[in-house]
Amino acid sequence: MTMTSQDASSLPVQATAAGFAANPQRRALRLHKELTEVWTDAPGWRGVLMSVNHTTIGLRFMATAFVFFAIGGVLSMLIRAQLATPRGDFLDTALYNQIFTMHGSIMMFLFAIPMLEGLALWLLPKILGARDMAFPRLSALGYWCYLFGGLIIVLSLLGGVAPDGGWFMYTPLSDKTHTPGINADIWLIGVTFVEISAVAAAVEIIVTILFCRAANMALTQMPLMGWYMLGTAAMMLVGFPPLILGSILLEVERAFDWPFFDVARGGDPLLWQHLFWLFGHPEVYIIFLPAAGALSTLIPVMCRTTILGYGAIVAAVLGLVFLSFGLWVHHMFTVGIPHMALAFFSAASALVAVPTAVQVFAWIGTIWKGRPQLHLPMLYVLGFFLTFVMGGLTGVMLAIVPFNWQAHDTAFVTAHLHYVLIGGFVFPMMAAVTYWMPLISGRRRVKGLGEAAFWLVLIGFHGTFFIMHLTGLLGMPRRIDIYPDNPEWVLPNLISSIFSMVMATGFALFAFDIAMQFLFGRQSRRNPWGAGTLDWAMVLPAPAYNFASLPVQGPTGPELILPLARGEGLLPGAPRGWRELLVVDPGTGRPSHVAVLPGNTLLPLVTAVAIGGLVGLLLAGLYWLVPVALGLIVVAVWRWGSIMGTTCDHTAVAVTPDLMLPLHWHVRRSLAYCGAVATLVADGTLFASLLFGVAFLSVVAPGWPAPASDLPEMLAPLAAAIVILTLAFGALAARRAENARATPRGRLWAILGTAAGCVALLAIGGAALMLDDPRRHARDALRAVLLAYVAVHVAIATLLALRTWTDSHHGRVSAARRGTAPVWRLWQDFAAVTAAISVLVITLQEIG
Amino acid sequence: MGIFVPWLAGCGGPLSTLDPAGPSSGVVAGLWWAMLIGAAVITALVWLLLALAWRGDATRAGGERLWIWGLGVGFTMSVLVVLVAYGVWVGERILTRDDGALRVAAHARQWGWEFTQPGPDGTPIVTQDVLYVPAGRPFDIEITSSDVIHSFWVPRLGGKMDAVPGRVNLARLQADAPEVLEGLCAEFCGVGHSVMRFSVIVYPEGAFPEMDVDANVAGTEVSP
Repeated sequence: MTMTSQDASSLPVQATAAGFAANPQRRALRLHKELTEVWTDAPGWRGVLMSVNHTTIGLRFMATAFVFFAIGGVLSMLIRAQLATPRGDFLDTALYNQIFTMHGSIMMFLFAIPMLEGLALWLLPKILGARDMAFPRLSALGYWCYLFGGLIIVLSLLGGVAPDGGWFMYTPLSDKTHTPGINADIWLIGVTFVEISAVAAAVEIIVTILFCRAANMALTQMPLMGWYMLGTAAMMLVGFPPLILGSILLEVERAFDWPFFDVARGGDPLLWQHLFWLFGHPEVYIIFLPAAGALSTLIPVMCRTTILGYGAIVAAVLGLVFLSFGLWVHHMFTVGIPHMALAFFSAASALVAVPTAVQVFAWIGTIWKGRPQLHLPMLYVLGFFLTFVMGGLTGVMLAIVPFNWQAHDTAFVTAHLHYVLIGGFVFPMMAAVTYWMPLISGRRRVKGLGEAAFWLVLIGFHGTFFIMHLTGLLGMPRRIDIYPDNPEWVLPNLISSIFSMVMATGFALFAFDIAMQFLFGRQSRRNPWGAGTLDWAMVLPAPAYNFASLPVQGPTGPELILPLARGEGLLPGAPRGWRELLVVDPGTGRPSHVAVLPGNTLLPLVTAVAIGGLVGLLLAGLYWLVPVALGLIVVAVWRWGSIMGTTCDHTAVAVTPDLMLPLHWHVRRSLAYCGAVATLVADGTLFASLLFGVAFLSVVAPGWPAPASDLPEMLAPLAAAIVILTLAFGALAARRAENARATPRGRLWAILGTAAGCVALLAIGGAALMLDDPRRHARDALRAVLLAYVAVHVAIATLLALRTWTDSHHGRVSAARRGTAPVWRLWQDFAAVTAAISVLVITLQEIG
Repeated sequence: MGIFVPWLAGCGGPLSTLDPAGPSSGVVAGLWWAMLIGAAVITALVWLLLALAWRGDATRAGGERLWIWGLGVGFTMSVLVVLVAYGVWVGERILTRDDGALRVAAHARQWGWEFTQPGPDGTPIVTQDVLYVPAGRPFDIEITSSDVIHSFWVPRLGGKMDAVPGRVNLARLQADAPEVLEGLCAEFCGVGHSVMRFSVIVYPEGAFPEMDVDANVAGTEVSP
């Protein structure tokens, strides 16, 4: 490795321009060994089970998602085989219903979402100039929850008990009366299990983007991928809780007969539809945004230019995030909502085309101002344009209410959603995979195979789905398995079925191409596309630690690789034997402190197994064993915290010769604290969705007002008062305990806070005994859910109070280290506020 | 609309939305053809811009003003404003209104339809899977369900409306001429969904047809 003068000067110039002194040059190989020792996965099976590294977990997510994509694809082939002839007797109706339900559910929940999570986990630290995600163990936990949940869902198909109510599981079809078997439970519990990984990913994506970027990379200078993923994660944080709440309510209705959706007892099936589509529509943009991020990243590179309209694209992303929550009703245009309300949602749905069009035209303008080269990723980009534009236009058509009344629930919608999802997600993802493959495998691809795969997929796709618009307009509804009386649908269906096989061949060839590249590809040169982002400022394939020393915001390019590998950047090597991550100020990107990340551990797997045990017990209906599983989860999570503490103060570490930064134990606003805030945003959205449910049912559902409640006149307000007062006292105790940490007084406050939490839990238990039978009316059922919600949060706050005490007891806090107290305080406040709101809601119901 | 004549042959069929048999489906079919032309033009424009990028001269690429504000915002907004206004206008025209129109009822269950409509002598009769309505007269249909969600749809008459337990949904429809139309359940409702079909017999005003008693008529008269 010889060094040109240009190599030597670039980083110091970059660093000193930003006000950092360069670290002394070291031998790259030595640094590599030092870092690999610390960052790499354990060898063999232990590595498989214990890895927390974002590169490993991200690739695992993507590979698993691709396997599920193949399974979902096989199911779609079965659907097309059945529909190829009008009297197809290939599948019986019951099995056919399971297969189309599973096709949709797998593609949405086990392919699209995990695929984008995998891309985010794998790519974000690299493109933002960091060494890992903010919460490596959470990445691993998310993966295991995804894998186990996905296996439960897929294995149900082999057992012949797969969900069969359609992927949006409308109740009453999915309730206990109309789906008595375990089929619906598998969907509700299995998908919720998988969604743990989505919420976990959302939390860590947000925290990583805001706090773990290259030094001095201001938010406004971040690569567009960062903005797209930030928007995606924000939507996931707010979009998934309504679905999770809906699934919990429906499962509780199925298991215990609490009538949230039963019109005879004050429920309403439309509440499910609102909760589902409050998630379901943002979901489309959750899927689209990362794909658009990939396009914004690689189109400029493929055209040897810079992106046109960075600011406008950021605005478009933010606009999409905002607008996408205002158009869920367009999935419900036919349920009987007044026309003027529909007109509002129609306009909102059409308006969402504006930020989308801004991006499409920005990309085309970028191609105009550059010199486009038809590498394989660019072919997939063109596939995106050819397909997605049409899908977007049919989407605008469906936003127009009278047309929607005709096209809704027909093959036209099936065609539209495949144009959007395959055009807007699968093609960009294939572009992304082919673009980043050299960084993943370190190899070049075998020429020819990829191009053939592209043409097969493109021709197969349009052959399958273009004609399907017409099939739908000719009146063919979704989800039917035979059409003996409609000869006019025979030809279009046969065309779709034939071309679908062509498309399937294309996807198989794509997978084959990837495998060939791993096995037989020649060594790729560094930064083969000549990209200007930090993900390519490393050797190929990407090392476990990404950067031997960390980059500074500034001009990037291939000349950056060597200085970074020689340790001239920030925080070089792993001199303390720790996985160290630079944490920056979210707005400006100024370095703030150094976080020490956890290393390889079995804990995420153990925790996921404990959660999986809970899921299994719920599916089996063994509710009396549930406390055991909950206990195991608490033990695992308790351990989660304890292996990350420290019992001594640490001196600041040298990030550059003249910049000393504290370690995260000495900082109040640590990554963990910010992660707790993000989690509470999701949690608060879940609570808000619950309040929406209360308001919706009391205003809209037919079976109201509810029968008079039998709450005891004196005891119920007393219990409520005890809960509120003890929680308020706990909030005070949390503050005192943090301020007086590492003193006997602080320990006393922590004990008092724990005791107050226990009293609150007892009072909640008492209140539970006073409630009316939740099976009587939806109001009573919702009250029981509110109470359960408060109980769970008080229990967590109380455990955090106990943790604060043990921290102090074991010397894990000091004048400079705060331990768990800040997070306890956060949860305590949240529990107190949600408890107060719940009491207020019930009081208002009693008065009104 | 002349260019579509060759296509229209392939647009027929007993359930085709493109072969309207009433004013409601007629205006929506018109909306569709208009949107199709618009969408085809826009798709062609985007593809043309894309194709020209390959031979384009980078110095004449145009900046954010053209691509973002001109095309992304200006062009898109203009199209959308016109389209949404057109859509609302069409929607208002086909809404149910309080003008004392004929009332019929459709009650859905797993898996079949029970219709209530005026019989030969004007008194309500209940039929299974066949709906009788007079030609040339608007009617409002009350749509209900006794078990799960279904959806009432006669594509050649107009848009669908869901049958939701606990609710009564109304749709305004009208058939222009006497003929037999077909309808189906459009919302997935379980294993019988594919065969949950029904017929609509449109008879000349005042000439109620002879009913096929064996096949479909429940025969019971109900008190109004």
